Amino acid sequence: MLDSITSLDLLGADILTTLLFLPSLGALLLLAVPAEAKQAIRAMGLLFSGATLLVSAKIALRFDPATPGISGFRVDYPWMESLGIRYQLGIDGFALSLVVLTTLLTFCVLLVAAGQDLQRFKGYVVSFLILETGMLGSLVALDTILFYVFWEVMLVPMYFIIGIWGGKRRIYAAMKFFLFTLVGSLLMFIAILFLAIQHQKTTGILSFSLLDWMNAAKSNAWALTPGMEALVFGAFALAFLVKVPLWPLHTWLPDAHVEAPTGGSVILAGVLLKLGTYGLMRFALPLFPNATMKFTPLIVGLALVGVVYGAWVAAAQKDMKKLVAYSSVSHLALVVLGIFAGNAEAAAGAIYQMIGHGLTTGLLFMLVGVLYDRRHTREMADYGGVARQVPVTTTLFVIATLGSIGLPGLNGFIGEFLILAGVFKVNVVWCAIAATGMILSAIYMLTLIQKVFWGPVTQPVNNGLTDINIWEFLGAMPLVAGIVILGVYPGPVLDLLKPSITFVLEAARLHP
Amino acid sequence: MNYPIWLIPALPLLGFLLNGLASLLYGAAQAQKRGEEWRKAHPDEGHGHDHGSHEAAHGAHDSHDAHGHDHGHHDTGPMLPWALRLFHGVVGVGTVGLATVLSFGILVPYAKSVMSNVEGARPIVETLYHWIQVGGLSIDIAFRIDALSALMLSFVTFVGTLIHLYSVGYMQAEAGYGRFFAYLNLFMFSMLMLVLANNLPMLFIGWEGVGLCSYLLIGYYYDKDFAAAAGKKAFVTNRVGDFGMVLGIFGILALFGTTDFSFVDMARQQQMASGTPLGVYAVCALLFLGACGKSAQVPLYVWLPDAMAGPTPVSALIHAATMVTAGVYLVARCSAVFLLAPDALTLVAWVGAGTAILAASIGLAQNDIKKVLAYSTVSQLGYMFLACGVGAFAIGMFHVFTHAFFKACLFLGSGSVIHALHHEQDMRAMGGLAKKTPATHLTMLVSALAIAGIVPFAGFFSKDQILGSAFAGGHYILFAVGLVTAGMTAFYMFRLYRMTFSGTYRGTPEQESHIHESPLTMTVPLWILGAGSVLTGFLGLPEVFGKNLMVEFLSPSVGKMHAHEVSHATEYLLMAVSLAVAGAGIFLAFKWYTGQDAKFTPGAAPEDIIASPAAHAFFEKTGTLGKVVANKWNVDEGIEALVLSPFRKIGTFLWRGFDALFIDGLVNASAFMVELTGDLVRFFTTGNVRNYALTFVLGVLGFTLYIWMR
Repeated sequence: MLDSITSLDLLGADILTTLLFLPSLGALLLLAVPAEAKQAIRAMGLLFSGATLLVSAKIALRFDPATPGISGFRVDYPWMESLGIRYQLGIDGFALSLVVLTTLLTFCVLLVAAGQDLQRFKGYVVSFLILETGMLGSLVALDTILFYVFWEVMLVPMYFIIGIWGGKRRIYAAMKFFLFTLVGSLLMFIAILFLAIQHQKTTGILSFSLLDWMNAAKSNAWALTPGMEALVFGAFALAFLVKVPLWPLHTWLPDAHVEAPTGGSVILAGVLLKLGTYGLMRFALPLFPNATMKFTPLIVGLALVGVVYGAWVAAAQKDMKKLVAYSSVSHLALVVLGIFAGNAEAAAGAIYQMIGHGLTTGLLFMLVGVLYDRRHTREMADYGGVARQVPVTTTLFVIATLGSIGLPGLNGFIGEFLILAGVFKVNVVWCAIAATGMILSAIYMLTLIQKVFWGPVTQPVNNGLTDINIWEFLGAMPLVAGIVILGVYPGPVLDLLKPSITFVLEAARLHP
Repeated sequence: MNYPIWLIPALPLLGFLLNGLASLLYGAAQAQKRGEEWRKAHPDEGHGHDHGSHEAAHGAHDSHDAHGHDHGHHDTGPMLPWALRLFHGVVGVGTVGLATVLSFGILVPYAKSVMSNVEGARPIVETLYHWIQVGGLSIDIAFRIDALSALMLSFVTFVGTLIHLYSVGYMQAEAGYGRFFAYLNLFMFSMLMLVLANNLPMLFIGWEGVGLCSYLLIGYYYDKDFAAAAGKKAFVTNRVGDFGMVLGIFGILALFGTTDFSFVDMARQQQMASGTPLGVYAVCALLFLGACGKSAQVPLYVWLPDAMAGPTPVSALIHAATMVTAGVYLVARCSAVFLLAPDALTLVAWVGAGTAILAASIGLAQNDIKKVLAYSTVSQLGYMFLACGVGAFAIGMFHVFTHAFFKACLFLGSGSVIHALHHEQDMRAMGGLAKKTPATHLTMLVSALAIAGIVPFAGFFSKDQILGSAFAGGHYILFAVGLVTAGMTAFYMFRLYRMTFSGTYRGTPEQESHIHESPLTMTVPLWILGAGSVLTGFLGLPEVFGKNLMVEFLSPSVGKMHAHEVSHATEYLLMAVSLAVAGAGIFLAFKWYTGQDAKFTPGAAPEDIIASPAAHAFFEKTGTLGKVVANKWNVDEGIEALVLSPFRKIGTFLWRGFDALFIDGLVNASAFMVELTGDLVRFFTTGNVRNYALTFVLGVLGFTLYIWMR
């Protein structure tokens, strides 16, 4: 079955290229489909995102975790040769895990969309397919310019997704999202150009390849002074930390989530935020080990504030989506903490938490969307006692919550436990502060459940609620399965991640 | 016959999946039907266009005194069809029953081998797979049977099965029958994981798993605000403990390099990888914080009384016999580590003793039958920690064991009373039930004698040895606290007994005509547990009477402080003193609660009608203090004012003040400044993505040119 996918390879292209452009090809073909043909649009969207999912599954099955560096399925062609810019792709266990998360979530989002009543449906599907190419490209690109192009490509469809299919304040939210991310990424672009020039000056080779740069960084062959290194690290870190978002750069996120349509929130929380933490581990740490060391206390401090602050503010929310958005601020701060703790347990936990958070928060946003589509309100006070009327939605929501608050046996626990275990080895006080997130997350999530699902039915209209429909259910089930499987049997994924972790930590001169 | 240990927890897990799926499918179908009917009846209120008022959501909170009422007959739907009920009952009781049979199939030969050669007793360890292996962490899913887990396994499965059986009768009229059994099965799975775990993280799976089930079962009547609130309170309070537990696990890892229970042997031989006395103390204190959450000790005990909002079988199984003793199990399991930190043991002893007397004092003045038992449970758990704290871990576990029988019996008995009275829980509206519910009466009397510590019932032996250990260790204040608590216990138990069973019935004649003894599925478990309340004490006879089987059995897996011997004469004297104190408590209860009472009017002041003139004179004297005690020392109010209210206020401030005003204010201000700098820059802020793309392309071009021209 999987091997027959090879026939989908574009003109015999390699598998990573196929993965990258399959969604875009779908988007391109969709342009020829009339906007009224909803069935055909739905089928095309599912076909292409489904095929992309299968391609990523095939990559996962074929990938050998022992592959050194980031060299899995390496592709390397000159692109703009005189500039030294190359079409260079490659994958390791770390990128692969997020690739599969991306393809899975995109497919699930389009499944859910099939059961929704969306205006301008074609544009919606096209946006998500282009977004998928952007996300996958950011994950597998090894050339920094190529990476930057994909990074910016993501921005545009997401801007439209929020701005067109969003809620009442969608324009404000889309702008805020756009500007925050733009400021960060423009600085990163400047830093990329600077590094390329510096690399050429010192080594004589014009290259934008991350791999070349990592070699240069290893012995500081590119002769970065501490001041220069701090500046470029700052530019990269800012771009990524805005995306994460780390406190106090987080205020765009709640607005973007609240206004984004369901699918937008799922992808935003599930994948886009992870690209921030991915970028930190892929670029910022290995390229600038000295600056990493220097900035660690600052970033750890912000992360600790973020863990507590995000959770605390989440507990004060009245809007379901805002609550989940602030919970992401808290959870992602924990991931950042894990990255900067600098040992194998914490780093493995950080990556595991990225995947885990993608599944649980994706599912939470999906289910909030189920309720929103029926009642057109996100206010918890408009619900109450709906468990009686929507038992399946309630059950799934409780599972997602338990995954999110780190109940052992489900996915969230593994990541949280590993991060905390690693941080404990570095600094017990940091660990204790971060561990308060365990208590706070239980407070805000169970409050949400209590207000929305338990208690008497306070608004009569909720007596007429319909439970999750078949499309929504199909979109939710893979996430539920992931939440359980990753919690019960984390071994294969952890084994997949170990070489990447060693690789990153060695490059960052942290001891795994 | 040979079978793997993992089958034991796997069976209830299977039961959970079957019961859960069946009840979810049935529930979903019912909900769909209800929804359709509602929409048909309200065609103009089509869902999806409602922006209804928010006021209705507020002000619907139940008044405080509604807490803890285990109502039945809810409007969540009609009784299930009999076939479905049969399915849930058979799956629910069957899987747990089979797990019990399998447990005893392993337990009995193991116990025999331990008793024949205590020195050479080796645990049975069975590894299923590697769970988490990263860096210095290596955690397996592995099952362990040693003396300590065997003891836990025996009563968890035995009492668990009886309570499942009891639930068949008690819950039969409930629409949520299947959901109830699903949760109960999930609880058994989690509890068995906890008991059978071979390392701390795996124990933690069960630990939080039972917490989850506790949450779900306390909130079983999820459409009641007080039940939902009580469930959340339980989970969050437990999480405070689990915060300590997780840090404690990391601490153990740092000290011994492993979280496998082999660290217990290392601790016994004082082989630590690293660690200072302060470090060991901190690790023990953190683990004990976890134990305080799960086992409802000061200051984390507040959730347990509220947990009575769950159905009574839940109170018996989870909130009396099994789950709440997990904290004691944890301390006993890590006893060798605690022995390395004598200060930590002192902490355990004082917290235990403090909890014991505090909860007992509150129990003196409760009128809800389940609340009395709840505070009694908190108090008895305090006793168990007191035992551990003075180094008598095996005796603490012995009390866990006997308590499981007599407290389960008391709770199920109270359930039988509540069942007979159609969900009345206020003891002031009871009375005279001895003749009407003879089986309930007799079994409750026996178990009340057991908890009061009257010889030869089970509680006498375990409780007396706790007091004896405290005395022998030279902890005279702790001994005195325990003794006073014992007197209070005897008093409130027989206050309960008198108010419920003695005299004449205080309800209306109409209600009286409906009083009935419970069906066999409920009385048989009562008889068996009642027998246990009499017999289990003989497993741990004090040394003066012969061999203490329990202490000997547990000696391979539980640490022991250097034994302090007291003379036989002293030991007999101590027994006599504790018997006298218990007797005095019972005597006072009989004297003050005569059973000759007027009719009960709801809303009457506490004690007004029930107590004798002598008691009234005493209440007069205590005045405000009595009221404060009756209101549980105002602890809940204190927590609300000092912790919860500031927590909410700060959260709102951070959100509205810091996020919205400060950060976004800065952002907006800088955006405004940018706008002021003119059209060129406003170009970026128009939100026109095409412009942005153009800028991007221009930038790349500019860079290209730069490279070329250099």
